[in-house]
Amino acid sequence: MITKEEVEHVGWLARIEIDEKESDAYAEKLNSVLDYFGQLDEVDTEGVEPTYHVADIVNVFRKDEVTESMPQEEVLANTEHKQEGNFKTPKIM
Amino acid sequence: MTAWTDISGIRHKIADSSAEEVTASYIEKIGKSRINGFTRVSEEALNTAREIDANGHNGPLAGVPIAIKENISTKGLSTTCSSKILEGYVPPYDAHVIEKLKEAGAVILGKTNMDEFAMGTSTESSYYGPTFNPWDIERVPGGSSGGSAAVVASDEAPISLGSDTGGSVRCPAAFCGVVGLKPTYGCISRYGLISYANSLEQIGPLATNVADIAALMDVVAGYDNRDSTSINRENNYSDALEDDVKGMKIGVPEEYFGEGIDTRVEKATWDAISNFEDMGATYEKISLPYTKYALASYYIIAMSEASSNLARFDGTRYGFRANGDNWHDMASKTRAEGFGDEVKRRILLGTYALSAGYHDKYYLKALKVRTLVKKDFNKALENVDVLMGPTMPTPAFRIGEKIEDPLSLYLSDINTVPINLAGVPSISVPCGFADGMPVGLQIIGKHFDENTIIRAAYSFEQNTDHHTRRPPEVE
Repeated sequence: MITKEEVEHVGWLARIEIDEKESDAYAEKLNSVLDYFGQLDEVDTEGVEPTYHVADIVNVFRKDEVTESMPQEEVLANTEHKQEGNFKTPKIM
Repeated sequence: MTAWTDISGIRHKIADSSAEEVTASYIEKIGKSRINGFTRVSEEALNTAREIDANGHNGPLAGVPIAIKENISTKGLSTTCSSKILEGYVPPYDAHVIEKLKEAGAVILGKTNMDEFAMGTSTESSYYGPTFNPWDIERVPGGSSGGSAAVVASDEAPISLGSDTGGSVRCPAAFCGVVGLKPTYGCISRYGLISYANSLEQIGPLATNVADIAALMDVVAGYDNRDSTSINRENNYSDALEDDVKGMKIGVPEEYFGEGIDTRVEKATWDAISNFEDMGATYEKISLPYTKYALASYYIIAMSEASSNLARFDGTRYGFRANGDNWHDMASKTRAEGFGDEVKRRILLGTYALSAGYHDKYYLKALKVRTLVKKDFNKALENVDVLMGPTMPTPAFRIGEKIEDPLSLYLSDINTVPINLAGVPSISVPCGFADGMPVGLQIIGKHFDENTIIRAAYSFEQNTDHHTRRPPEVE
C-alpha cells in the first residue's frame, strides 16, 4: 500500500508538484495498480537472470573523434529563455 | 465502392497526373475529416511534391504521401507526443526513418494524433482531444498510434508510421481494420523517436495491405549507428510477398483466448486459422504459461523506463514552462501542469518501482519475469513457424468507457505486451468483423523472421476479402 505521504515523496523525487487534495486521489489509483503488480510475488524467479534488453548486442564503441554538431542557434531555437548562448533557468540553489 | 488506393495505385495516379495533385487531394480530404486523426498538416507537403514532380519521380516512394505519428521527430515540423509539455516544440533534426523516407521520395503529409507520450490503448489521452474510429465515430480507434491507423483506414493517407511499445501499432491496426507491423527489436533505428520505454519500443508501419507494409519496411529498416540497439542485418521484405503457406506450422497459444475474450473475436480468429488449414498450413494448440504475468511485468518495466526517459521534460530547453521561484519549483510546476493524468501516474509508479526499498520487489522482479516470458516464446517457436491469436480480446470499445479506470485499460493489452517483452516481430491483419467493427489476427514470428509472418499475412490476404471492406467514413 502506498500512503498519501509516500505519494507526495515520490512526487518530489519525480519533480511533479502534487497538492494535498490530489494526493488522496493518486494514492487510490496507484494502489489499485500496485495491487495488480503484486501478483508477480507468486512467480518463482529463484536463479532467473533479469532481462534488461532483448537485443543480442554488446557495448558499441566508436573512436573519440570530433564530428560536426548542431549549430548553437538551432539548439536554442525552441526556447525564449536563453542568454549569451546558454539556456536560462531560475536560480538552482 | 472503390478499392483502397495502395502504393502502386498512387504511383500510377502520380504518373497520370502529378505528385502535387495527389498530395493536394489528400490535404483536401483531411480538411473535411471528422475523425481528428491528424494533429497538423505539413506546410511543406505541397512544395515537396512539386519538387519531386520537377526532379523526376525517383525513389521507391516518389511522391507517395505518408502520415507520421506525433512522437517521431520531423525537422521543422512540430512534434509534441500529443502533450502540452511539448507544445510548440519543433525538432531541429529528422528521425532516421524520416531521413530514409525523404531519400525514397516520400511526401511527409503531416503528424498524427496519439495517446500522450504513447501511454494508452485508445488515443483518448491526447492533449488535442480523442481521435474517432472511422468505422463508428462513437468508438476509440485504439492506441497509442490511433491517429496513424485511423487516417489510413479513412483514406486520408495511404500509409503511415506509428510506434509500438506494448501493442501501439497492432491495437489500432486491429480496431481500424488495417495492417500494422511491430518489427523485431533492433530492426528499425529509434533515433529521433521520442522515448517512452526504450527497451520495448519499435517504430512500425501501417497500411491497407501487406505489400505496402513490406515496401515501407524496405525503406525504413536498417542499421543506424546513432541507435546503439540497432542491429546490422540486410533483408528484403518484399521478397516475402508469396502466396504460399503449404507446410507452415502454426502454434495457437491457449492463453490468448482467456478470460474476457469476445466470442465473436474468438470465432473470427478460429475461422482465420481454418483458412490457413485450407491453404495447406497445419496448426496445434500450444501454451505460453507466463502470459498471465506478462502484463504486470510489462507495465512495471515500461513505467520505470518512462520515469527516467521523461525526466528531460523539465521546462528548461523546449516546450511549456511554468513560473517558479527556483529551478526545482519551476520544473515541478511545469511537469504538474504540462503532463496529463495518465503520464503523471506512470511516472509516479515508475519512480516508486525504482526507489530504494522497492527496486527489487517491483523492477528487478519484473525483469526476471520478462526472462521467463521470453523463454516461453523461444521454446514455442522451436516447434512451430509462427504463432497466431487475436490481436485484441475485444473489438473497439466506446469513447469514455475505460479511460477513468487505468487498470481496465491495461488489461486490454494482454495479447500484445508479451511480444514486446520478448522482442519478437508481430503483424496484425484484418480477419473479420464483430458487431460491425473490424477484428485483427495477430501473427507472431521468430526474432528477425519478419519475412515468414509477412508471407503468412500476405497469403491470408490473397485468399480472403476482409481487407477489402471500407469504413463508412470513406464511402
